[in-house]
Amino acid sequence: MASSTSNIQPDDEVLIEMYRRMLLIRKSEEQLFRDVKLGRTPGQVHLSDGQEAVAVGICANLDDRDQITSTHRGHGHYLAKGGDVNAMFAEVYGKAEGICRGMGGSMHVADFSKGIVGANGIVGAGLGIATGAGLANQLEGEGRVAVCFFGDGAANQGSLMESLNISSLWRLPVLFVCENNGFSEFSPSDTVTSGVISDRAKPFGIPVWNIDGNDVVEVWRTALEAVDHCRSGAGPAFIEARTYRYSGHFSAEAMVLSTPYRSDEEIQAWRARDPVARTRALIIDRGAADATACERMEMEVDACVEGAVAFGEAGTAPDPGTAEQLMRMGS
Amino acid sequence: MPRMRFIQAINQALVEEMERDPRTILIGEDVEASIFGDTRGLLDRFGADRVRNTPISEQTLTGISVGAAACGCRVILHLMFSNFIYTGFDAIANQMAKLRLMTGGQVTLPITVIANYGGGRSTAAQHSDTPFSLLMNLAGVEVAVPSTPENAKGLMKAAIRSDNPTFFLEPGGRGGDSDEVPGGDYVTPLGEARILHEGSDLTLITMGSMTRMTLQAAMRLEAELGVSAEVLDLQSLVPLDTEAILASVGKTGRTIVVDESRDACSVASHVAAILADKGFAQLKAPVQRITVPDTAMPYAPSAELPLLPNAERIVIAARALFSKV
Repeated sequence: MASSTSNIQPDDEVLIEMYRRMLLIRKSEEQLFRDVKLGRTPGQVHLSDGQEAVAVGICANLDDRDQITSTHRGHGHYLAKGGDVNAMFAEVYGKAEGICRGMGGSMHVADFSKGIVGANGIVGAGLGIATGAGLANQLEGEGRVAVCFFGDGAANQGSLMESLNISSLWRLPVLFVCENNGFSEFSPSDTVTSGVISDRAKPFGIPVWNIDGNDVVEVWRTALEAVDHCRSGAGPAFIEARTYRYSGHFSAEAMVLSTPYRSDEEIQAWRARDPVARTRALIIDRGAADATACERMEMEVDACVEGAVAFGEAGTAPDPGTAEQLMRMGS
Repeated sequence: MPRMRFIQAINQALVEEMERDPRTILIGEDVEASIFGDTRGLLDRFGADRVRNTPISEQTLTGISVGAAACGCRVILHLMFSNFIYTGFDAIANQMAKLRLMTGGQVTLPITVIANYGGGRSTAAQHSDTPFSLLMNLAGVEVAVPSTPENAKGLMKAAIRSDNPTFFLEPGGRGGDSDEVPGGDYVTPLGEARILHEGSDLTLITMGSMTRMTLQAAMRLEAELGVSAEVLDLQSLVPLDTEAILASVGKTGRTIVVDESRDACSVASHVAAILADKGFAQLKAPVQRITVPDTAMPYAPSAELPLLPNAERIVIAARALFSKV
């Protein structure tokens, strides 16, 4: 399927909430990028700015009981699924008040109470984990769905084939969402990937959608159908969403690369299709809210991010004993 | 006490634990056919939801185990041969062993990984590894190594009940060993070594498939040299019963560690390091290691069998220890 078969539109309320979530992700990540430069974070970050519509459009169809697995580029998924922004900033700042007590950092934000089974530093690792979550969901029989976010880079791990096979064989409620941002770290997709990624799911009998990942309405509408497919017990589904990350693979890449691996023209072309700006324009165009209301929302989100920075900065350094305690084996 | 074979004891533990907790599931390649016999009959008993034959997809099976355990199941994954730990290793080393730390303790992963280990049967280099130290070095997984039908049952039950990822490494070729096994809810706690034979002159530290031969060596030492050897069966490598090691060697002052690992960074060398750190004052002689040389297992019996620890090597090492006194 090129896109969703229906033309259903989100209610104004849903659209506005999706815009708010996208803004929160965008502004949080812009702040984190500044924080890295300011030395507020002990480590680097992998930003998803430009990809917000995928995380938000998918997660708008989920609730807390559903699970997601995320990638090394996980802030957006975490926030889209309802993760606490204060606890995320404290985590990225390496504080004991962080969502993972400062033990995971930017690449491993997780909140199990929200079904966020974790961001992962191993490309493709979420494929098996989400399949396992789908198995648990099937055995439980309560209609939970597990969503696996992964990139075009992860699509080249053999575990994609294994996970598609098993989830289709056992009809597991797993939604595979490939965020195709065009790069495997610093290698353009066309130099490392053959064919169309979503085609890889077709021989397993899995329904496939290949969509514009910068159009939050299209993502939302497709996910509505795909999540329903999974929840109904019909087995897995697969969405490939084409998108782009403005800030590159990670926050220090300008320092470690001698030559650029993408052009300014390319970045500008994608910025012209910016998912946040498009959603704002749609809201105003539809009359769901006016420009003043949008500005108010933007200021609220700014205040929320400022609050998260303050929360993170006020946090305390975790004790090294925390790590030993968490690793202790035996009862 | 009823007598049963090693493999029956494991099977009994699996049945009892799956009956005990309906969230417990068993997945793995050929768990229905069960080439070792340990999982035989479970599919009929518990049904195809809870007992699943899987495709040969180790890297995803270990990942599935993590996801299912994180989302409410108690998972038993049968990996068949320990060498297949390597093909499934990412989710073992990067997920199972680390997720509790990485999530700040939000998740527990009740996963039991069963794998058959060890050489001596011409299974060649890719079906004979002893991965003790590889797993011990991860820090985030428990490792149980049964040596008799009795502790096979007890350790299997402890492994399944543990909220940590736990490896249950079956000694290869010992499935038919028969012994008395306590009935009922018999659990061998992880992290407790047991003294199989008391002695006062020398401690023989061992585990798993080396245990029977080490006991035989102890009998020979008594008869041939008049040396009273204590045999300590570690039972679990993570957690390791350091206290029992220090107590026994503190009493005897001499020790030989008999370990089927390759020598570099083996259980034996780890025990030697512990004794050097914490038991040095009690040592009357250097710690002796009887291990496998740093080589892969060859196929031909004439080449393979001499590489494995045996009673003769233990007796020779002991003779050397006491001739130096």
